[in-house]
Amino acid sequence: MLYEQFKVRAEGVSAEVTRYATKNEALEHLLQFLHKEGLADTPQSTALWAECSFLDGMDRSELTKNAGLTFEVTRELSAQARFGISQMEWALADTGSLAQNSTAIEQRLVSSLPSIHIALAPTNGILPDMPTLLSRVHPQECAYLAMITGPSRTADIERVLTIGVHGPDRLIIIFVDELGGDN
Amino acid sequence: MGTEFKESITKAVNNANLTGALGKFSEAYKVNRAKAYEGIDFEELRGRIADLKGYAAAHLDELSDQFQKNAEACGAKVFRTKDPAKVREYILKVAQDNGVKTVIKSKSMATEEIHLNQYLEKAGIEVGETDLGEWIIQLAGQTPSHMVMPAIHMTKEEVSDLFSKEVNERLTSDIPRLVKVAREKLRPTFLAADMGISGGNIAVAETGSIVLMTNEGNARLVTSLPKIHIALVGIEKLIEKYADVATILKALPRSATAQLLTSYVSIITGPTPNSDGSMKDMHIILMDNRRSEMAADPKFKQALQCIRCASCLNVCPIFRLVGGHVFGKVYTGGIGTILTAWFDELKKSEDIQGLCIQCGACTDVCPGKIDIPDLIMEIRRRLVQDQGLPLLQKTIYAVVNNRKLFHGMLRAASIAGKPFTSGKFVRHLPLFLADLTDGRSLPAIAAEPFRDRFKKIRQPKLKEKAAFYAGCLIDFAYPEMGESLVKILNKGGIEVIFPDDQTCCGAPARYNGAYEVAASNAVDNIKALLREDVTYVVSACPTCTVALDHEFISTFESLGQTEWLPQAKILAAKTIDLSTLVTKLVKEGRLTLKEGQKLGKITYHDSCHLKRTLKVSEQPRELLQGVGYEVTEMFECDTCCGMGGSYSMKLPEISAPILQRKLRNIKETGAPTVAMDCPGCVMQIRGGMDQDGATVQVRHTVELLAEQLEK
Repeated sequence: MLYEQFKVRAEGVSAEVTRYATKNEALEHLLQFLHKEGLADTPQSTALWAECSFLDGMDRSELTKNAGLTFEVTRELSAQARFGISQMEWALADTGSLAQNSTAIEQRLVSSLPSIHIALAPTNGILPDMPTLLSRVHPQECAYLAMITGPSRTADIERVLTIGVHGPDRLIIIFVDELGGDN
Repeated sequence: MGTEFKESITKAVNNANLTGALGKFSEAYKVNRAKAYEGIDFEELRGRIADLKGYAAAHLDELSDQFQKNAEACGAKVFRTKDPAKVREYILKVAQDNGVKTVIKSKSMATEEIHLNQYLEKAGIEVGETDLGEWIIQLAGQTPSHMVMPAIHMTKEEVSDLFSKEVNERLTSDIPRLVKVAREKLRPTFLAADMGISGGNIAVAETGSIVLMTNEGNARLVTSLPKIHIALVGIEKLIEKYADVATILKALPRSATAQLLTSYVSIITGPTPNSDGSMKDMHIILMDNRRSEMAADPKFKQALQCIRCASCLNVCPIFRLVGGHVFGKVYTGGIGTILTAWFDELKKSEDIQGLCIQCGACTDVCPGKIDIPDLIMEIRRRLVQDQGLPLLQKTIYAVVNNRKLFHGMLRAASIAGKPFTSGKFVRHLPLFLADLTDGRSLPAIAAEPFRDRFKKIRQPKLKEKAAFYAGCLIDFAYPEMGESLVKILNKGGIEVIFPDDQTCCGAPARYNGAYEVAASNAVDNIKALLREDVTYVVSACPTCTVALDHEFISTFESLGQTEWLPQAKILAAKTIDLSTLVTKLVKEGRLTLKEGQKLGKITYHDSCHLKRTLKVSEQPRELLQGVGYEVTEMFECDTCCGMGGSYSMKLPEISAPILQRKLRNIKETGAPTVAMDCPGCVMQIRGGMDQDGATVQVRHTVELLAEQLEK
């Protein structure tokens, strides 16, 4: 129910939304996507994966066999990457937004500098709306609460909606039932 | 109004790019805004916003203290000052102490307000705007023309010229390509900058948090990449509670750009780690710059409820014609006029306050529930108080204040000139003040005013009585409307009396800031209208109805005059507009109009005062439908016709295009008749149709209904 509402809203602002039952299925989809979009170990083709619970129990060395995929996140690497992968902890059904405690700078680097942001999210982390989110996440435990609704956009030239200014021009959202979540 | 100012208006209304872009946007905005608010009780929401912002405005010191304590506890440095100069000095000092060479900024009106960029640049620091619109105007060496869309006045061709110079490459005007160029050009600037400066959409006292919203993602980079972050926040952005962030964010993006939420929202509470492991050096400046003086002003404290969505600009029929630059360099539109009068100085608002036609479109959509037109009137009043009225106006009001002389002159005019063009003095009288402007014919002054014709009307003796307040236009230009009214009310069992001593309702004086004159008009009318015991005081002019129903009281209150207040309240309680009274009589079964006829298509124009102040819009439509008209709605049926009393004489260059738009919308319905409840609108629209050569009949509802009385 919340998922359906989220999907409609998020797609309404040009996000791409899919959902998988297991982490393995989600991973398979994610890797397929990266390869299809030209993942490679060359500038403007790499993928950076920021620390997240999705990676718990995963064999990272196995994953880095995909040339161009790395778990090292720096400013310089982020500025050159094509893909940024992170896990967003919550989603808001009524606006199609994702939310994350982004206090760690790496989380912001991968979701703002590359041109494609791939956001993994626990299906159970979908909350109805922002008041619910704010009642759960207090600033004392979260110095930088980030909400992301669709890709970066502007209408500053002749009011023509254009996607992709300073942030990503694509937002790929992958929900994973198995990730559990806060809800 | 100064010649320079007049010239800037002429330039703006003749700028096809500007009026084209703004016009298109304003039309789309209304539709999209309504869609964004679907399923939301806007009145309930804005009630909550007005309450929480009103509370904050009344507790600025307390909330500033609380904010400072909480933000400092999280490790941010908080600097508070009343003085814009101190803000500039503080930022420069932080920059110099840290060897800052380049600064990147995300959009901040507060930094525009204190002209920060020029100041830092003079000190040798490079300042880069990163919001696309701000960057464009920075490259063009201009100032923002809109609070949310700073470069809305520029075409893609102009932007491509600017960008081509910047990147040394001939670019086409392909917008996605231009946006890409901006991304690529600004990226190294972001990565190299030593300091980031942002504004703050909200500051939360309870937690010491600031909230930033952008669509482009630049505020995330400005607050993440450089090691120093300074947020400049006007203290009106303070709110008490963290949970209330959601309340404001429910309205702000919907009202600003008709979005459910901006692409990015960041709630930042104290410094966060940099990518090298060090902690960010975070400064928050709470700037007063006359905001607390504003909060202490009983009238203007309301303006601090503004959440800076700029919806008052988006729905303003004037703004979409002239754009922001006419308003000055920083804050624009309705709220901008008020902010300029305070943050800059009252005198600076002298010209721009005159742009407001008082249609009230902004009050309908303001999420902070600010009565913007009313505050602009208060600016007018204070300007007149400070500087006095211009001589010509003074002379006019001396005449208006003397009913016999005033009416004598109107009578003289009916003999002297038809159409009414000659006589320097008389043509400046309220509502008759016209030079014949292009695009509109003016009515002749009636050979016999209503007050004389009334004496010849034979009425049945009836128990219930109503006093008819005609107003200047019905009395002296459209007496037939008054006759129709008497006919209808008699049929409904009400005898009409016409107190001869009634005079101008005072609206023209009030709308020009001459409150003393308006108060004196009010006293004369109260005496005249309450002399006999009547059930109703009825008017067929919404501007007059509003004067009787609201403004006599508020004029007395503004002036601190209490003597006539009780009587003004009695009069207000008896006052009713024609359509509402007729609806009541029909519902009570006292008045029967013909039914089941096929009278064909008609379209209805909502008069500003009737719809937005008196909240009457369904009644005339239902009455017209009831007698057999098929009401076909026009586009923007409740947008001002451009009359605005003397506005159309003072600013014909603005009034005329507003009228043209209205005529077009009426004609596009294909209806042979347009109805309305205001003789001022009739004067404007009938005159416009006449010049236009269109065959559309322009009628007051009272005339149309009088034709449909059951025998």
